Amino acid sequence: MSRAALLVLADGRFPAGGHAHSGGAEEAVKAGRITGAASLEDFCRGRLHTTGLVAASLAAAAAVGVPAVELDAAADARTPSPTLRLAARRLGRQLMRAARATWPSDELDALAGEFPKGAHQPVVLGVAARSAGLGGDDAAHCAAYESVSGAATATVRLLSLDPFEATAVLARLAPEVDHVADLAVEAAAGALEQGAGALPAASAPLLEIGAEAHAGWAVRLFAS
Amino acid sequence: MSTTPGGVRARARIVARQDGRGGTSLPVLESDGPLALRRTRGSGTEARVVLVGAMSGPLGGDRFGVDAHAEEGALLRVQSAAATIALPGQSKGEAHYDVRVHVADRAEVSWLPEPLISARGSDLRVRTEADVAATGRLVLREEQVLGRAGEETGRLSSRLAVRVGGRVVLDQELACGPGAPGGWDGPAVLAGHRAVGQLVLVRPEFQERPVTPRRIGDACAVVPLAGPAALVSAVAADGLRLRRALDEALAALDRRPMNG
Amino acid sequence: MHLDHTHGGPGAVSADARRADGSRRALRIGLGGPVGSGKTATVAALCRALRDERSLAVVTNDIYTREDAEFLLKEAVLPPERISAVETGACPHTAIRDDISANLEAVEDLEDEVGPLDLVLVESGGDNLTATFSKGLVDAQIFVIDVAGGDDIPRKGGPGVTTADLLVVNKTDLAPHVGSDLGRMAADAAAQRGALPVVLQSLRSERGVADVADWVRAQLAAWTA
Repeated sequence: MSRAALLVLADGRFPAGGHAHSGGAEEAVKAGRITGAASLEDFCRGRLHTTGLVAASLAAAAAVGVPAVELDAAADARTPSPTLRLAARRLGRQLMRAARATWPSDELDALAGEFPKGAHQPVVLGVAARSAGLGGDDAAHCAAYESVSGAATATVRLLSLDPFEATAVLARLAPEVDHVADLAVEAAAGALEQGAGALPAASAPLLEIGAEAHAGWAVRLFAS
Repeated sequence: MSTTPGGVRARARIVARQDGRGGTSLPVLESDGPLALRRTRGSGTEARVVLVGAMSGPLGGDRFGVDAHAEEGALLRVQSAAATIALPGQSKGEAHYDVRVHVADRAEVSWLPEPLISARGSDLRVRTEADVAATGRLVLREEQVLGRAGEETGRLSSRLAVRVGGRVVLDQELACGPGAPGGWDGPAVLAGHRAVGQLVLVRPEFQERPVTPRRIGDACAVVPLAGPAALVSAVAADGLRLRRALDEALAALDRRPMNG
Repeated sequence: MHLDHTHGGPGAVSADARRADGSRRALRIGLGGPVGSGKTATVAALCRALRDERSLAVVTNDIYTREDAEFLLKEAVLPPERISAVETGACPHTAIRDDISANLEAVEDLEDEVGPLDLVLVESGGDNLTATFSKGLVDAQIFVIDVAGGDDIPRKGGPGVTTADLLVVNKTDLAPHVGSDLGRMAADAAAQRGALPVVLQSLRSERGVADVADWVRAQLAAWTA
């Protein structure tokens, strides 16, 4: 594996569309559930252990070769909100474009052919990691970290939060990100034998409900 | 039922079958230990069962289960007489409660138990699996209340998986209480709400005409799943408000036309 | 700038001149510029001027609403299926320059759904003077400033003013009212831009958007040549 390839994939500037999404932070800010660094941290922690764990598991499973079609169906079942399913597919399609330009591979081409409107982003992330010569552990770290970094960046813009505080939140969560990635790698190994149904399905009711509320707003900064 | 050093094991079973006269019979209605099943007066073609026993359990170490199977064309409604309270037990370790619902073609199951209340110090793992044939119908409600009035919650984790025509349309897991992964009560997950619930509806017609997403109040949403199913998802301050939100959502779904 | 090959399969990357099926894709022209300089009005006027000669579509990049898209819909400059709005997460320049994936998808979806298209206009959200379009997204770009924003903008330069394929100085009818010196703006722009063209326009005048429309026609002719 190349550690530098992981940095390229995990870079917030990797052009895969993530900047336009807040991971539910915009809705939570408006509802008054995120008001500063402390509540941002709690938000990110909850997100990490629920949708973050699911995303990391899907990504790790895709990276170690669990069939993407099966994983995509598992992702659908784990994402009740149609708004979030659509966002995940859009982001998957955007990541696919960036990944094919960055690390061209037959596997990415095949996945793009299978899902012209986009597979769930974590599934694409896992296949992209594979194409970059990375492993399940890398894909899991990347997905777990993304599950919190996007919300933190968005909150900096939404609340004019001190960016140093937001970055410190991410640093404090780092050991938990590692832990979630470890769980995801374990789950991916299980899925290789038992299928994608064995992957974690941790959910966050307020993220799901909030996503539907957010989708109905006339005025918003972020796509989700 | 069997009592093992770890706790009580009990599994109740229901089989519903068309009786050939336009109604539904219950060829199997097996109570087991604390899980007692009673047939009550049905309405029209539907058989009704009330689960009466499980109020005081499950305790730590217990393993309870209920299997319900509606055979082709049968109509079954299952309710419970009171809330189920998860309590701490003598023996260490978590308790388990597994529900399995099978709905054959053209059959319909309404699985509408009272809430599950997680008492302080308890540790319960709930697993609910519904397997619905392509032309089957299902209404399944799951409500969890975290702690009795003014009480902190126990540890509760639940997984709900629904399969329609062999394809998983919903797989959701929620873990709360002491020892649950961090952030469960934070702004992304429950944010201090003490009741959380879901209502799954499987109807073949949703394949062609999925429900339109809508919100009921601040903390309840109705969404189409990826398949012929819909989900109502809600959080609330307490069990009463939760039930009100779920009832309202169900009524709205039945009023139609939710699909425009 | 255009690669003369295609990548196989759907969702080919970036600036390929041909679509996955081998046909030539639409010419993409970006319109950028500061808030309130008249980008949306220019897009609307261009649509009216060109819609009967060419197959058109528009992608808008709104900052926090769908207002630009709504304006174009309300003005009925094009049928609604030919207008698509991209959400930019509070960073309009990111969506047109640093991470163009959402815009590329919007363009490709329009071509798939209402195509074949000759021209797609990509309007940026109002931003600052440094915001330019990526060459992976558009084939040519128009930078729109206006006289009311200050007649020293051309002199100050910046990537938009200096490098855009066409600079439009808009709302010339307001120059006397805001004390802007059109002659000076034109001279400064010419000094900054060398041979690159500049159009001074007032959409309220009889000539309206005609000069910009002519420039677009020339771009189209070169694209399909």
